[in-house]
Amino acid sequence: MRAIAEGLFTDEAQPRLIGGKDRETGRIVFPFPGTPAFEPVPLSSDGTLWSYTVQRFRPKTPPYLGPEAFLPWVVAYVELPGEVIVEARLNDVAFEDVKVGMAVRFAPSQLNPEDPESPYIPAYSPAGEAA
Amino acid sequence: MSGDVCIVGIGIHRFGRTDGLSGVDQGVFALREAMADAGVEWPQIQFAYGSSDAAGNPDTMVDRLGLTGVQFINVRNGCAAGGSALFSAQMAIKSGEFDLGVAVGFDKHPRGAFNALPAEYNLPDWYGEVGQMVTTQFFAAKIMRYMSLFGISQKTLGLVSEKAFRNAVHAPHAWRRQPVSLEEILEAPLVSDPYTKYMFCSPAEGGVALILASEKKARELGKPLIRLKAATMRTRPPASFEVFAPSVDVVADDTAPRGTASRIASADAYRLAGIGPGDIDVAQLQDTEVGAELMHMAENGFCADGEQEQWLAEGRTDINGALPVNTDGGCLACGEPIGASGLRQVYENVVQLRGNGGGRQVPNAPKTAYSHVYGAPGVSAVTILER
Repeated sequence: MRAIAEGLFTDEAQPRLIGGKDRETGRIVFPFPGTPAFEPVPLSSDGTLWSYTVQRFRPKTPPYLGPEAFLPWVVAYVELPGEVIVEARLNDVAFEDVKVGMAVRFAPSQLNPEDPESPYIPAYSPAGEAA
Repeated sequence: MSGDVCIVGIGIHRFGRTDGLSGVDQGVFALREAMADAGVEWPQIQFAYGSSDAAGNPDTMVDRLGLTGVQFINVRNGCAAGGSALFSAQMAIKSGEFDLGVAVGFDKHPRGAFNALPAEYNLPDWYGEVGQMVTTQFFAAKIMRYMSLFGISQKTLGLVSEKAFRNAVHAPHAWRRQPVSLEEILEAPLVSDPYTKYMFCSPAEGGVALILASEKKARELGKPLIRLKAATMRTRPPASFEVFAPSVDVVADDTAPRGTASRIASADAYRLAGIGPGDIDVAQLQDTEVGAELMHMAENGFCADGEQEQWLAEGRTDINGALPVNTDGGCLACGEPIGASGLRQVYENVVQLRGNGGGRQVPNAPKTAYSHVYGAPGVSAVTILER
């Protein structure tokens, strides 16, 4: 699984996001800033939806590198309890079923699902009843 | 030093799309109008602060206005650029160094969303590559959470748009001057949920200039004294939720809205002016989208969180309401040329305090007026005027 940028995901079978923990205050940020003040930390896979919207038009290129063909997606802010709230996509859910507070799990997806070579980007999916 | 900083001249180039005129052209137009209004000439101007985001360097205006050697500082502070230019300009007079100067702002943006790039905001390239470098996402997500916390309905969002277009009918400088019905607003295509296309402002063009003078100089010029009782500009506090933020801090109790640059700038402004929100007669609040106006009503102290539902239902922010908000239609109807936008609000407030608002004039001769802008990546500027 090739992430869209180095140092974004852990190198595990079930990858996790890599955040940065402020060595003095313990504050966690995402992404890992790569500066000496922060140490890299793997973030929790499970979280809850803090807020969201739907991206209904194709963002301008540059900087957007997604496919020309546009399908709307859910922009999610996911709270990882005790850690940080991260911005990412939310997949595998109908727009009308998205609810603040719903349980979600990290599941990176490809920027262009039609292209096998397309890099993976930060994304979540609903964790479901059994989660 | 004694006395207040006063606004003695105002000028505007109409907002919207003006083919054939550059951003600088529109700024020069506004500045000449403002100087004529104040009864001063360019060689008398001792300093200038100019704001533009996408239309070039404001100091190049001296080519048109005259090479007087004047000090001219360029300001770039996101959507709060105009407010930041005004903040800086008033400090130059408050310091006692000068007694006549200019805050001028203009812009000219390409059509469509703003062209922000990650590197300009200290962000990694991937943030833009995945499609997250889009301002509308943040604003929509901010109101989405606010609606879930405080029970704001989509109808109330629509009422804000309806008011904006209704007010702008009477504002010659506004871009969109046709009323739009609530039904049409609510049934229009969604751009970023819960916002339909009538609930966002658009990048636009325009120019605004304000002439500032010490109170002594204002009296010499014989202008009515519109006093700048406060002009503040602040950046964000910890744990705030901002545009272009890949992450947000978690907090122990997340049932209340978070601190914002607007809340700090607002509190500062009331403290400096020695008055409170209940003393304000008319307000221009940053309304890049309808939820921003609603949330900024609370962030600037005018109502409690959640009370907006009742305020809009009762028309309390209408021209004839208890607190008229965005009397010229705001960004929703005027569009947003970033460099000019914050100064347009102050222009409109001066018009209102002078009683020159025509069909959009707030009744009962308002004495105090408030303006507020918010910009990326978490900066706000507030002014309070008094006549």
